[in-house]
Amino acid sequence: MNKLIVQASPHIRGPKSTSSVMRDVIIALVPAIIASSIIFGLQALLLICVCIISSVLFEFLYRKITKQDNTIGDLSAVVTGILLAFNLPVTLPIWMAVIGCFVAIVIVKQLFGGIGQNFANPAIMGRIVLLASFATPMTSWVLPSVEGGKISLVAGATPLADGAQIPSYLDMFLGLRGGCLGETCVLALLIGGIYLVARKIITPTAPLAFFATVVVFSLFTNQDPIMQLMSGGVMLGAIFMATDYTTTPTTELGKLIFGIGCGFITMMIRGYGAYPEGVSFAILLMNILTPHIDNLTRTVPFGAKKGGKK
Amino acid sequence: MAGFFKKSLSGVKVPHNKNTMESATVDMPIPEQVTIPMLQHMGAPCEPLVKTGDHVKVGQLVGSSTQFMSAPIHASVSGDVTAIDEYINPAGIRTKCLVIKTDGLQEVDESIAPPIVNTREEFIEAIKNSGLVGLGGAGFPTAIKLNPKNPEKVDTLVINCAECEPYITADNRECMENAPAILNGIKTVMKYLNLKKPYIGIEDNKPKAIAHIKSQIIAGDPIEVVSLKSKYPQGAEKVLIYETTGRVVEEGMLPADAGVIVMNVSSVAFVDSYMKTGMPLIKKRLTVDGSAVKEPKNVRVAIGTTFEDVLNFCGGFKTEPKKVIMGGPMMGISVYTLKTPVIKNNNAILAFDEKDAVTPNETACIRCGSCVRACPFSLMPLEIERALKLEDGAKLEKLKVNLCMACGCCAFACPAHRDLVTTNNLAKKFLRNYSSKQAK
Repeated sequence: MNKLIVQASPHIRGPKSTSSVMRDVIIALVPAIIASSIIFGLQALLLICVCIISSVLFEFLYRKITKQDNTIGDLSAVVTGILLAFNLPVTLPIWMAVIGCFVAIVIVKQLFGGIGQNFANPAIMGRIVLLASFATPMTSWVLPSVEGGKISLVAGATPLADGAQIPSYLDMFLGLRGGCLGETCVLALLIGGIYLVARKIITPTAPLAFFATVVVFSLFTNQDPIMQLMSGGVMLGAIFMATDYTTTPTTELGKLIFGIGCGFITMMIRGYGAYPEGVSFAILLMNILTPHIDNLTRTVPFGAKKGGKK
Repeated sequence: MAGFFKKSLSGVKVPHNKNTMESATVDMPIPEQVTIPMLQHMGAPCEPLVKTGDHVKVGQLVGSSTQFMSAPIHASVSGDVTAIDEYINPAGIRTKCLVIKTDGLQEVDESIAPPIVNTREEFIEAIKNSGLVGLGGAGFPTAIKLNPKNPEKVDTLVINCAECEPYITADNRECMENAPAILNGIKTVMKYLNLKKPYIGIEDNKPKAIAHIKSQIIAGDPIEVVSLKSKYPQGAEKVLIYETTGRVVEEGMLPADAGVIVMNVSSVAFVDSYMKTGMPLIKKRLTVDGSAVKEPKNVRVAIGTTFEDVLNFCGGFKTEPKKVIMGGPMMGISVYTLKTPVIKNNNAILAFDEKDAVTPNETACIRCGSCVRACPFSLMPLEIERALKLEDGAKLEKLKVNLCMACGCCAFACPAHRDLVTTNNLAKKFLRNYSSKQAK
C-alpha cells in the first residue's frame, strides 16, 4: 500500500490565486493601455512595455541575488509596471522610467519583504521619487488635439494648472487632455473599474468614497465637481491604487475612511498646495495611515461579547 | 464589515459535487472482521467491558465510561473478540479498540428490547443507553445535549439537514428514505423535552428532500421546513440557529442558552427507531465518493467496518488514491491508513486521486481581505495570522480567535492558499495558554 497524504482541512481550495487576481487587474488595465496608445501614440505603448519589462526584471534579479523563491509568476510586478507607466508623462526619457521601476520594485516592494509587505504603493512611490528627482521632465505635458480625424500632440499644461485652458467634458471623458499617459481616459478607466467590481476583485467602497469626497469638497469651495473628478489622477488613483490590497485597509469601513481621506487630501493639495495635483501624495499619506485605520476598524465577530475580559 | 443592516452570515460557494444524491442506500454485508474503537464521540473514551476470547452478540454493550462526557459503545456484529488492541485514530488520539471476528449469524443480544419511557428523565436515560452521538460529524453525546442545565429556557428544536459539505448525501438519503422516522423522532424529542417549535433546515440544493419532507408533514403539525441558501457552512450549529430562528448564540454560550437544541436529521430519526426497537447505534449510513472511487454510492455499514472493506464494496479504486478523507472535504480528517474503522459520527469516506489530493502551495499574504469576507463569524484570519507570528496574546484575545469553528471558509477563499485553519487552531491554543497565564 502506498502512502496517503495526511493534511489539515480544508482539502479543497477555491478557484482564486494571487496570479489570477493580478491577471484580472491586468485585464482591467487593458482598455486604458489601448486608450493611451491611441491618444499619446506608440511612445506611450513603448513606455508601458519598458516599465513592465524592467519591473519584472528587477523583481527577478532581486529574488535571484537574495536567493529567495521567485515571485514574478504572481504577475504583481507586471501590474506595478503598468501603473507606474500610467503615472508618467509620455515625453519622459526612458532611462528615467527605468529608475522609477527600480525604486518601485526594489526599494519599496522587495526591501520591505516583497508582495504583501510593502507599506506604500510601489507605483506611487516610483512616481513621487521621479517627480522629486526630475521635476521638469515629470511635469512637461503634451496636449492631444483632434484635427481632421487625427490626434496631434502639442506642448501645453494639464487642466489643473493655473490659467490652463479647460477642455470640454466630452474631451475629458475620452481622455483628450494633457496629463500622465494612463490617467486621462476616464471611459477606459471606468470600464476597468466596473470589470474589477464585477469580478469581485475589489469592492467599490474606496473609489466611491474618493469620488464623493472630491464632489462634496468642490461644491463647498465653488469649483466644478465634474472637472475635478475627471482631471488629474483621480480616476486612475481611486480605481486602481486606492484599491490596492496590501496598502489599503481590509474592512469596508476602513476602505470608506481611506477613500474619504484620499479625496480630502487630494483637494487640499489641489486647492492650497504647491503642486497642481495631489492624488499620489494623498494615496501615499493614506497608505501610511492604513495600519492605524485597520486597528480602528476591526470587524465585530458574530456573537462576540463586547469589551472582552482582561 | 460594518453592520448597517441585518444580513445573513458570510460563507463560501463550494462546488457541491452531490453525485450520489439519487443513489439509494445499499446495505453492505457484514465484513469478516470489525475494529471497534473505544472513542467514537467527543469526550472521554470508554473502557472495554469484554475480554479477548469472549463471544459478543449484536447490540451488546461492549464499552462504557464513568465520565460524564461520554457515550457507551455496542457490538455491531456477533462473533468472537480476538484482540483488544491499541488504536491511533486519524486525529492522533490513542485509545483501545476491540477486534471482533464475525460469525456471520448476526445473533441479536437478549437484552435488546424497546425502552420503557414515560418521563423526561427516562427518555434521557434511554438516549444515553442507545449510544447516540451527533451523527452530523462532531459526535457530541446526544444525551448530554438533550439535558441542558436550563431546560425551562429551551423551546426550539432545530434539525440540521443542511449537509453543506460537498459530496456528502447521507442526510439527503435519510430524508428521502426515512421521512416518517424523522418526523416521529422530532415529535418524541419535543414531547419529552417540552419543546414548542421545531425547524428542519435543508439547503436548497436538495429540492427533492425539501419537497418530500414537506409532503410527509401532516397538516397542523408545527414543523417548519426552512429552505436554506446553499452556502457553506449553513450546517454549522451557530450559523444554522441564526439562519433558522434568527437567534444569536453568543460567545461562551451553548445553543441551549439561546433556547435551542440542534440535532442532526439522522440522529433524530435514530431516536425514533431506538424507541421502537431498542437496538442501539451500530450501523451508519455513509456516502462513498471521490475521484478515486470506482462506484460512488451511499452504503449502510456496521460500525467498525474498515475503510478498506467499504471501498472494496464500492468496486475498489479506479485510480490510485492519494488522500482518503473521513467526512467532507471542508472539515473532514485525512486518514493515514485504509484500516481506519467507520465510527458513529462518520458520514462519508472520500478517496481522491493525485490531482484532487494535492492542495496548492502557500504564497505570501497579499492582504486582500478575502478571508475576512468569507468568515461566517466575521473574524479576521489575516490579522490572527500576524498576531500569532508576533506571539501577541492580547491582540489574539481582541481578535476573538476563540470563536473560530475551523469551518475552512478562510482557507478556501484565500488566493495565496494559506493554511489559515491550522493557523487559527494554533492561535486558539496559544490564546488558551496566554489566558491561563494571565489568570494566575
